Amino acid sequence: MKLLVPVKRVVDYNVKVRVKSDGSGVETANVKMSMNPFDEIAVEEAVRLKEKGIATEIIAVSIGPAACAEQIRTALAMGADRGILVEQDGVVEPLTVAKLLKAIIAKESPGLVIMGKQAIDDDMNATGQMLAALMGWSQGTFASKLTIEGDRATVIREIDGGLETVSLSLPAIITADLRLNEPRYASLPNIMKARKKPIETLKPADLGVDPTPRLTVLKVEEPPKRQAGRKVASVAELVDKLRNEAKVI
Amino acid sequence: MTTAADDLILGLIRIVDLPGLTAAAGQPLAAEDIEAVVREADRFAREAIAPGWQTADRAGARLENGLVRAPEHYLPLYGQWVEGGWQGLAAPEAHGGQGLPHALWSAVLELCSAADMSFTLCPLLTAGAVELLAHHATPDQAERWLPELVAGRWTGTMCLTEPQAGSDLSRLRARAEPAPDGSWRLFGQKIFISWGEHDLTENTLHLVLARLPGAEAGSRGISLFAAPRLLPDGRRNAVSCGGLEHKMGIHGSPTCIMLFDGAEAELIGAPHRGLQAMFAMMNAARLAVGVQGVGQGARALAMAETFAATREQGGKTIDQYPDVARMLAEMRATTLAGRLLALEAAASLDRARLLKSPEAEARLALLTPIVKAWCTDRGVEAASLGVQVHGGMGFCEDAGAAQILRDARIAPIYEGTNGIQALDLVTRKLPRDGGALLRTLLAEAVLVAPAIGQAAATVEQAIPAMLGAGGPVGASRFLDACGWVLGAAMVARAAAADPAHAATRDIFLRRLLPRAIAAAEEAMAG
Repeated sequence: MKLLVPVKRVVDYNVKVRVKSDGSGVETANVKMSMNPFDEIAVEEAVRLKEKGIATEIIAVSIGPAACAEQIRTALAMGADRGILVEQDGVVEPLTVAKLLKAIIAKESPGLVIMGKQAIDDDMNATGQMLAALMGWSQGTFASKLTIEGDRATVIREIDGGLETVSLSLPAIITADLRLNEPRYASLPNIMKARKKPIETLKPADLGVDPTPRLTVLKVEEPPKRQAGRKVASVAELVDKLRNEAKVI
Repeated sequence: MTTAADDLILGLIRIVDLPGLTAAAGQPLAAEDIEAVVREADRFAREAIAPGWQTADRAGARLENGLVRAPEHYLPLYGQWVEGGWQGLAAPEAHGGQGLPHALWSAVLELCSAADMSFTLCPLLTAGAVELLAHHATPDQAERWLPELVAGRWTGTMCLTEPQAGSDLSRLRARAEPAPDGSWRLFGQKIFISWGEHDLTENTLHLVLARLPGAEAGSRGISLFAAPRLLPDGRRNAVSCGGLEHKMGIHGSPTCIMLFDGAEAELIGAPHRGLQAMFAMMNAARLAVGVQGVGQGARALAMAETFAATREQGGKTIDQYPDVARMLAEMRATTLAGRLLALEAAASLDRARLLKSPEAEARLALLTPIVKAWCTDRGVEAASLGVQVHGGMGFCEDAGAAQILRDARIAPIYEGTNGIQALDLVTRKLPRDGGALLRTLLAEAVLVAPAIGQAAATVEQAIPAMLGAGGPVGASRFLDACGWVLGAAMVARAAAADPAHAATRDIFLRRLLPRAIAAAEEAMAG
């Protein structure tokens, strides 16, 4: 079974994110970029499935600027077999990503797509679900445990009230939650081997997808700074401030 | 603010031009590959090695019933190290290594040493053993031992020092007696053997200096042997740990007294040529210790920066006070200079080997004592400043700043004290060409930054005195002066490659470089 693992290039989780001065988006120039941590968990899960003999080939896909090749190389160093880079500068919306992935699925016929539940840049949490809808495939989102037996996948999902177990028919879309696994460190020999693994570069047009954004971003701003607390002299003053200043009661 | 990994990547790619060097040697290593290796090593160092650093210091290595136990978490951590394949980075591909440049290994070593110097000392020594065996073992010996060492399944030790033979190895007494099967039996006591005995791997290969029967006294009668802890048939060899030293620092690293009581051993290289074989790896080992100094400075800096940016006094964080800012700037400047100087020397080693360049060989020979001594002295100073930035909390063990100072303090001592390094520079390296190469390096430094001119001229002025009777007295200060000038040039090159380092360059040239003049004048004063 082939596995498809989409990996997104995002601002590194250690970086303090800043909004561009013109409010058009987040500053990414001269900022350290890494693979989305949830996607890293997805790659790790795919590599484990390959090590168990369930998967035969892992294809890492990244969509974005040419520099996304770095994130594909990271996936290759962790154990993916080859990469596909769909080059597209500027904003790529979840629906575009889902359509591009659908086109790649048509080419590659994977038995399973494993991806992060969301990317830590815009926290959309949409691509996996959209892809499942476009494909008409089953989806196991927020997975904290994945078991494959024959043509079925059992997924334990993290939901608000606790854990939910679902059984899916394959092919399916799995989105990885934080506790699915702990990603490995790439070994030095695998980093060096990753240099020789192939990366195919495509354009959205090659896949018959129009990448034009459908949404317009009006403004991006930093969350309001937290105000310093104040001491009140009496309960009456507290109630008064809650009612008349904070307007919460 | 750039991180150590950022600076190492800049240094490897833009300053020592590793992509160009490897391409010229026909083994091209792209900038992206260098970055990928350094980033992953950095991640491993920060996330896997560093967290247990204080625990290892507190637990220390213990001797129980003749067996040495490393700090508990070192066992799984060492497993991860082996699994990551890092041990083989610069080792020959023929023996399972990656055959990557020494400069890249140097970068990885700095990051890991900064994370935990005690732990990283073990792989550092194994790499030294690999280096030595790759050059001096017979093909048969290499085949039996190198794959194990390169993979990290075995570790290696260097058994040189004896109680009466420290810096003066000519006083060695350990002896080898012939066995009927043509191998040798070793007798004697070795001290200060780092990682001499431990529970991280099933086997350890001891490289031991000893005398053959009838060997002449002094340094010409010393031969090199290899003795495994476990023999091929699974028996324990007659080598054991007689005790552990109680040390000022690097508590996680067992410093063993090793007793050889008829240990089965094989001769490495030619009889009576043991010291020459050891010296072959000495350059690499001394550079590695210089890198440890840089690593400790880098750790001290990172911790002091974090502390000073969060500790508030008088209504502002303490890094906004000029004197604290001064200390941080000095730590930043000397750490960057040491880091790049070490890379420059390691790249000379690569250039010498890959391009068979005698000029690079000569540079390496000259730079090695400077890197070893200057970088380790700066490491101790940075660690001490780190304690100072922390104030009273720095003097308490919980903050960790004190541990860096205790750990860093060994580096100016072992692998040839810094005094020995200075003598090596002044009485061995300088006379080779009457100081010509050093003059070239000084001139290059001035070309990089004209502001170095006066300092370089003062150092140059001291060369004749160093070549004369005043050499041994002034050697240490002279080496120090050379380090400040060459370090200044490295920082200037960094600023030229990346404007982020411009402020550090200015501070180095303005505030720190005058130390070169003072040191050179002190050297000449006799």
